[in-house]
Amino acid sequence: MSEAVADRIRGEVESNDVVLFMKGTPVFPQCGFSNTVVQVLTYLGVQFKGVNVLEDDDIRHGIKEFSDWPTIPQLYVKGEFVGGCDIIREMFESGELRDYFGSKDIALETA
Amino acid sequence: MAMNASDIERLIKEGLPDAKVEIRDLAGDGDHYAATVISAAFAGKSRVQQHQMVYKALKGSMDADLHALALQTSAPDV
Repeated sequence: MSEAVADRIRGEVESNDVVLFMKGTPVFPQCGFSNTVVQVLTYLGVQFKGVNVLEDDDIRHGIKEFSDWPTIPQLYVKGEFVGGCDIIREMFESGELRDYFGSKDIALETA
Repeated sequence: MAMNASDIERLIKEGLPDAKVEIRDLAGDGDHYAATVISAAFAGKSRVQQHQMVYKALKGSMDADLHALALQTSAPDV
């Protein structure tokens, strides 16, 4: 991965509290796994930025190296890589995810 | 290219010799699997680290050969 790509990824992760690297957009996810994470975040009422890796091949490959994680989606909260679809779903189902956002001072709009 | 469940299990066990591995073929297409992996090596590790250890054992197969592997990892109950 080039330094320029790493800088762009770092820029996204550092300038947004909650960032989801995903296939498609939050309004129109193009992969079931990305969709699952969008649904969870939406359910919890978390504001997040979606980065569509399908629009950018550099980011699509770079993000896997950035986090040493081979799959997409990838969720970052305040600069920290939290996990992919399986981890987010598991944390959501156990209630851990809500607590995690709380511990990071991320606002949840209770539905 | 698809992968056999037994190949996935073998790779995981090569990387994590004590692991208990259970693989389910979700779609019957050799391309979408769910794996439950239990290993003492996971003790004290975060979920992200546990999954990274499994991905490492799979040595790049996640990128090239395997479209989807739903992972659940844990350390054995003491």
